[in-house]
Amino acid sequence: LHHLRWLPSHPDIEGALSSMKAMVDPAERLLSAASLANVRRDMIVTGRIDRAVERSLTVPGFRDRLGDLGFVTRRVALLASHSVEHLVPSIRVSALGRGLVLEVSVSPYGQYRQILLEEPSLLDTISPQIVIFALDEEDLHLDLPLIAAADEAHALVIDRIDGLRDLWRLARQRYGATVIQQTLMPSSPSLFGSLDFLVPAAPATMVAAANTAIRQACREDGVLLLDLPSQVSSAARLDFNDPVRWHHAKQIVSPLAAPLYGDLVARVIAANAGLSKKCLVLDLDNTIWGGVIGDDGPEGIALGAGDPTGEAFVAFQRYAVQLMRRGVMLAICSKNDPAIAEAGFSHADMIIKKSDVSAFVANWEDKATNLRRIAQELNIGIDSLVFVDDNPAERDIVRRELPMVAVPEMPDDVAYFPAVLAQAGFFEATAFTVEDANRSKSYSQERERKIGIKSTTDMEGFLRGLNMTMQAGRVSPRELARVTQLINKTNQFNLTTRRYTEAEIGALLNDPDTLVLHFRLSDRFGDHGLIAAIIARSESIGGTQCLQIDNWLMSCRVLGRGVEAASFDVLTKLAADRAIHTLVGEYRRTARNDIVCNHYAKLGFKPMTPPLKGPTESGFWQYEIVDGQCKSRFIKIEIA
Amino acid sequence: MNDINTVDAAIVDRLVSIFRSVFDDDSLVIQPSTSASDIPDWDSQSHIILILAVEQEFGVRFRTSELDLLRNVGDFVKLIGAKLEKRE
Repeated sequence: LHHLRWLPSHPDIEGALSSMKAMVDPAERLLSAASLANVRRDMIVTGRIDRAVERSLTVPGFRDRLGDLGFVTRRVALLASHSVEHLVPSIRVSALGRGLVLEVSVSPYGQYRQILLEEPSLLDTISPQIVIFALDEEDLHLDLPLIAAADEAHALVIDRIDGLRDLWRLARQRYGATVIQQTLMPSSPSLFGSLDFLVPAAPATMVAAANTAIRQACREDGVLLLDLPSQVSSAARLDFNDPVRWHHAKQIVSPLAAPLYGDLVARVIAANAGLSKKCLVLDLDNTIWGGVIGDDGPEGIALGAGDPTGEAFVAFQRYAVQLMRRGVMLAICSKNDPAIAEAGFSHADMIIKKSDVSAFVANWEDKATNLRRIAQELNIGIDSLVFVDDNPAERDIVRRELPMVAVPEMPDDVAYFPAVLAQAGFFEATAFTVEDANRSKSYSQERERKIGIKSTTDMEGFLRGLNMTMQAGRVSPRELARVTQLINKTNQFNLTTRRYTEAEIGALLNDPDTLVLHFRLSDRFGDHGLIAAIIARSESIGGTQCLQIDNWLMSCRVLGRGVEAASFDVLTKLAADRAIHTLVGEYRRTARNDIVCNHYAKLGFKPMTPPLKGPTESGFWQYEIVDGQCKSRFIKIEIA
Repeated sequence: MNDINTVDAAIVDRLVSIFRSVFDDDSLVIQPSTSASDIPDWDSQSHIILILAVEQEFGVRFRTSELDLLRNVGDFVKLIGAKLEKRE
């Protein structure tokens, strides 16, 4: 019945809905709705939450306050071949639970192509930042004579997908939008039985081929994928193709499955906005092994082959390590004696190694305090954590103390842990980069470095001994995915926190007046990968040609290394190459970027009056470049 | 149409809470004659949600051919009653 099974049930949902509805202050009502978005809810409860949100959003001037309340906003156009109006509330509510307020417009039934092709278009006034194409099997006209050969079938599929690619291009050209393409939910009944997929033109084969072609085209064109057939569990599948709903209302997704569909859409949009989770925090006893290590001892815990429970815990650990290898950080948070907790990691069947863990906290303090500590140690926001604990009481306390932490409702049987964690979609990503693959390695190297610092009293000597090299240059399409990811994920060392989509950055790469720079750092311990980015534009301010820094951001992994000074040297060099001798910096305060409030002052910039075009809430800084001056002392710089 | 037997009255009682949830109105009152023209939000979208909520609440399934026969509360009561009776 309920597809969102990782979300906790609310003990009194009716009461909570009534009190939310009764709230007079639109902000209070919105925040209350955001917290209800993260409880288990069906289509009706979801619709009621959405009503309350929409009521807040129609209050004059309220939309302008969303940023201050910590919400990111996006304009979304859902262009579908079937009826989708009933899905909009679910998309909005799931997005809200992830810190996103969406304006969603849908194409009139059956007109998703026309709406993009006509000029002027209804979409012009909306100017969508995200365009989602949701098509169905029937609309794509994949039918051929059943006896058609494989190459004929292939040609038809390619032709249909080329048509789609034209629409993608149009959405990008006209609106600079990020495009999301949905794969087809197979709806044709089996025609040949098990032979289906051996007949090239059988409906099932054609749909599978179209989906394969869609995925490949998405990869080639940098379009985001909403892969329904791979993400909808077999249990939920009935509600994604109920023929009654199709014949009655041309709905592909039944309203019963709307909350799940909305969540699948929202997580792709959230990932694109840098709002996915970054760290999986695991409890120990009865979460990654069976039993209580303090009572049973390292040899007494259930873990490993030979015992069904022990095997189930191994499978869960294996999944956690797979997540780690794709860039999710692992942390341990356990109420235990630290030495006893560590002893568990010497168990022969442990899949998670101590070196896989980026932060390890075992003590007798409360878990909320320890989760704060983990976020601090890893330099990430508390809202980037997912906390998995078998104990309902601990989950409940953390949800109450730290509502921004995702705490999935875990089933009683550990055998289902991996599936539930996967279905929850906390770690949805829009790209997978080399930096992701190396992240955990680089964090454990960072721990070694920290130990290095403790034993070196002479900081200068330590930095010099690191043998750091920075490679910098203009961003090319090769770095585009990682740079976009950094721009959207970095919250602390981020001077303006202006977010851009991959499409927007891509458009800037060819602009002669704009510098989009990337910085890589390596040292004797290893390669940190791409760790910083700067966007700067040449502007005439008060008659002087300046290089105005639109954004400057850096991964917190490399704080305290002098990377700022080295990046500054690169920037002044490139400015001087263009005969520009004035830099203009901007600092826009957010809830998270206090760490850089003195960034420009530290580099020797002087405060200045904001340029006319500048936003009024920002502070502006100015620097006159002196030729040949170098601020960096410990980093060798290579400019590509 | 307006004289309701006790079985029907019990069905109406359960329908009231469905209608109140779907239309997000705790004070909504319904009668057998209540139709889309009495409830402004009762449109084709919410009609489907009503149907699905009723199916879940009563453990019944409406046939495709029955969906357009459900024009007012009385129609719901009659059809639900018939399905429940058939099941017994």
